[in-house]
Amino acid sequence: MTETGMEDRRVAGSIITPPGEPVLETEDLWVRYGDKPAVQEITLSIPRNRVVAFIGPSGCGKSTLLRCFNRMNDLVPGARVTGTILHGGENLYGPDVDPVDVRRRIGMVFQKPNPFPKSIYDNVAFGAKINGFRGDMSELVERSLRQAALWEEVKDRLDASAFSLSGGQQQRLCVARALAIEPEIILMDEPTSALDPIATQRIEELIFGLKEDYSVVIVTHNMQQAARISDYTAFLYMGELIEYGNTDTMFTNPREDRTEAYITGRFG
Amino acid sequence: MKQHRHFEEELEKLKQCLVAMAGLAEAQVARAVESLMERDVAKAEAVIEGDSEIDELEMSVDNQAVQLLALQQPMARDLRFITMAMKIGNDLERVGDHAVNIAQNVSYIVEAPPLPQLPELEEMAGLATDMLNDALDAFVRADSGLAREIGRRDDRVDELHENVFRILLTHMMEDPRKIGAGIDTILISRNLERIADLATNVAEDVVFMVEGQNIKHHGYKEAP
Repeated sequence: MTETGMEDRRVAGSIITPPGEPVLETEDLWVRYGDKPAVQEITLSIPRNRVVAFIGPSGCGKSTLLRCFNRMNDLVPGARVTGTILHGGENLYGPDVDPVDVRRRIGMVFQKPNPFPKSIYDNVAFGAKINGFRGDMSELVERSLRQAALWEEVKDRLDASAFSLSGGQQQRLCVARALAIEPEIILMDEPTSALDPIATQRIEELIFGLKEDYSVVIVTHNMQQAARISDYTAFLYMGELIEYGNTDTMFTNPREDRTEAYITGRFG
Repeated sequence: MKQHRHFEEELEKLKQCLVAMAGLAEAQVARAVESLMERDVAKAEAVIEGDSEIDELEMSVDNQAVQLLALQQPMARDLRFITMAMKIGNDLERVGDHAVNIAQNVSYIVEAPPLPQLPELEEMAGLATDMLNDALDAFVRADSGLAREIGRRDDRVDELHENVFRILLTHMMEDPRKIGAGIDTILISRNLERIADLATNVAEDVVFMVEGQNIKHHGYKEAP
């Protein structure tokens, strides 16, 4: 069926299509760094207002796949993306698509908190200002900080430097900054790997709440985290999508032996 | 990789603990049935004394399982094995208690004039013992095919229990001197019926452990 014949080796039903309206759909997506494929023949559907987790060992392509969703791979020298990613009926990799516009609709939070060297207020307002936001900026900043569960902690010191915040607060500030441009989808690349357990728990609670208004895709090394916060989980291995299913099934009774071996810690 | 092997060793230890418990529970039921058939009070007393060992193993299974859950955060097949180990441990402890109940009733029965032979009770004892042995074999070999088949035999045990009850009721109505032994025998029948139920529970847990499919309360469907 395909170059690698992977499809044929999978157990029936090991890649599901989540019910409801998809917010992103990939079709035969490949990413190559030079000649080497980092991600191959990925066809999967990301549902709206749900949390999807990507898991897999280091180098499996999960971050690369995530970065395709807002064209961050455009910035990686030598990276070549083929296949399609549909968002609202439009191919994100179409010839007329502006990657900056894509990133406005599909925001991202990174592994390490990376606030700008500005005040808390300016960090949140920054993206909106650049986008020519004409509404009530203070209201937008407050709403974004509230959604990111940070408002109560910073409301009396909005002019303080973002660097005066703790790591966990900085990460929530980055979430607020992403929310302020009112994206549809939020991508998170290991958003808690640099945080302590308490800060991690706060971010997890935050992600859980975000799905009321947003669709979230998160890459995580922490399988318990994927199990706790996501509705659907995708397991990638050596650039291939091995299994994609309901999170509760994936962690209690996965269909694929390779998923089972990975989540029970027998390889990877 | 090192930490890993340690986890596997712990899982194996938990399994061995359950296997030991299973062996004891089987032996206790077998001995209780023998004491009944042979009207042997010494054997019945041995059953009563033997129960504490099963109780201790049950606590050990629970402790190990809780430790593994807390410290290793197991997933998938490991998670199913550990949670089912706790349930099976609990069921085996109950099996042990039913063996003790049978033994206690035997020691009362031997003091009363013997009731007429009850082939139904013998058949029940055979069926319940086989079901238990097979459920434990299915657990040890992770054989969900065998496990699925065990529950189907439970209907026959229930039917026999009803027959025993009806027959003994008739005897007791005819001759009030038989009431004491009659009630004790009904209780024995009830305990055998419960052992068969617990064997069915264990078998259902084995199916979940192996296949991740919950077949409780839905009858016995074929594996997909």
